[in-house]
Amino acid sequence: MQGVPPADVIRLMPNVWTEPFWRATAEHRMVVPRCTACGTFRLPPTPFCPSCASQDLEWVEHDGRGTIYSFTVIRHAVIPDVLDALPLIAAVVELPGTGGCRLVGNVVGVAPEEVRISQEVTVDWYDVREGETVPVFRLA
Amino acid sequence: MNEGDGLTMRDRTAIVGVGATPYYKRGESVPQLPMELAAKALLAACADAGLDVHDVDGFALYSMGFDTSLFAQWLGIDVRFAGMLTGGGGGAAGSVGLAAAAIVSGQADCVASIMTLQQAASRFGASYAPRGKPGATYSAPPSPEGSFIQPSGLMGPGQMFAVLAQRHMHRYGTTREHFAEVAISTRNNAIRRPTALMQKPLTLDEYFDARMIADPLCLFDFCLECDGAVAVITMSAERACDCAQPPVYVAASANGGAGKWGQAITWFGMPDEYFASSGHRTVAADAYRMADIGPADVDVALLYDHFSPMVIMQLEDYGFCPIGEGGRFVADGNIRWPTGSLPVNTHGGNLSEAYIIGMTHVKEAVEQLRGTAVNQVEGAEVALVTGGPASIPVSNLVLHR
Ligand SMILES: [Zn+2]
Repeated sequence: MQGVPPADVIRLMPNVWTEPFWRATAEHRMVVPRCTACGTFRLPPTPFCPSCASQDLEWVEHDGRGTIYSFTVIRHAVIPDVLDALPLIAAVVELPGTGGCRLVGNVVGVAPEEVRISQEVTVDWYDVREGETVPVFRLA
Repeated sequence: MNEGDGLTMRDRTAIVGVGATPYYKRGESVPQLPMELAAKALLAACADAGLDVHDVDGFALYSMGFDTSLFAQWLGIDVRFAGMLTGGGGGAAGSVGLAAAAIVSGQADCVASIMTLQQAASRFGASYAPRGKPGATYSAPPSPEGSFIQPSGLMGPGQMFAVLAQRHMHRYGTTREHFAEVAISTRNNAIRRPTALMQKPLTLDEYFDARMIADPLCLFDFCLECDGAVAVITMSAERACDCAQPPVYVAASANGGAGKWGQAITWFGMPDEYFASSGHRTVAADAYRMADIGPADVDVALLYDHFSPMVIMQLEDYGFCPIGEGGRFVADGNIRWPTGSLPVNTHGGNLSEAYIIGMTHVKEAVEQLRGTAVNQVEGAEVALVTGGPASIPVSNLVLHR
């Protein structure tokens, strides 16, 4: 895939709370945890609801459509391994219907000059290695 | 218990000494050891205050500090207080507040706040790169939270703050010319100071010709990478009067942040209301209340400038201008020394003097209030110092003469 860092530099480290999210991405599905006590969504998944401190949650499927909340274009390689992948567009994407939850991912398939805040995007999947997939986004 | 302000530490302590090593370009302080640099800065601060190093009985540190036990062993210091603010550069100014708290609570009498830095092998610019990769010797181990950020290629703080800057531009109409004004005015202050690493003026053309590092930030929006150490010694207001220098009183200090500021740049889930901010609004209110002053009372501001847009956001969060007006505030010349309404980073800041994780800002505030600064603000009585916009805690310090 173009527009993403090489797989070699991506290290996922799930814990018991985030593992369902990564299990879903490996199946090319997006899920967002929602507090079953008060309905508040949260990302990344954490042990407690930030609104009511409940630990009970359910995993809600999301269609992966979102809007670019902000972004940067990475043009300098802070480590040599990413040099050949530059420029990288790293965006914060807000997911409608989740009370403002955001995900961070590359915007791929577009020139950096064409990216703007508020553009609509849809999720795509970067299969990093067997069993590990991270979300990326394409302009809708 | 005292009446009135007795429940706060306002004016009950003072900075009595400041000291620093020379500032070096990244790696050029080798073969000195990082803790050796720290000790040299402490000895310089003691000399400044007219104290013996064995008068020091406490350490108030931040940003992971250093091994107090070994440091004490080297210098034979009997330790009565060894405390540290959690987090990173956000705690710079607040480390002096921690020193003041230790003194007011009777735990220690003479407390040193110190930062030492040597970026020979370890570069903060790759803080979030995968450990073990060439160029990533300093970097953090993989974490559950980092797994939501780092796969996008966001591996350095500047790239992450660029995301805040982009949002600020979108929301408020801030421009790269505004960032340039921060970089240029700071450079103008640096070039008058022999201690500064950057000694040439920066023009607007040079700023716009510079390579982009992480849009909208270019090379000159980034602070320097360097080595060195700075130490600050705080004592009770009474004992400060017996020291060699005029006391510089600690009027207030606050550290912390709003819950939903949280990890900030390694989260990006902050509410829209203050996503494009420095995260300082709650600690600004706390410090102004403790010091019983407002922004109009501040004569000189030493604002942590790891990245130029964060100076603009702090000017807003500390009430020097309305939220969203920071770009236009700097464009109007307000932060220039000596003509602006609020000279900022008169020492040249992290951007152009040296990046010692914010402790140079405390040293400059002390010199301003002693009246001995190279770029002296005429009649300066009150100085504001801030720690880095970062994850919680961020911090500040209000000093007066
Ligand atoms: Zn809840």
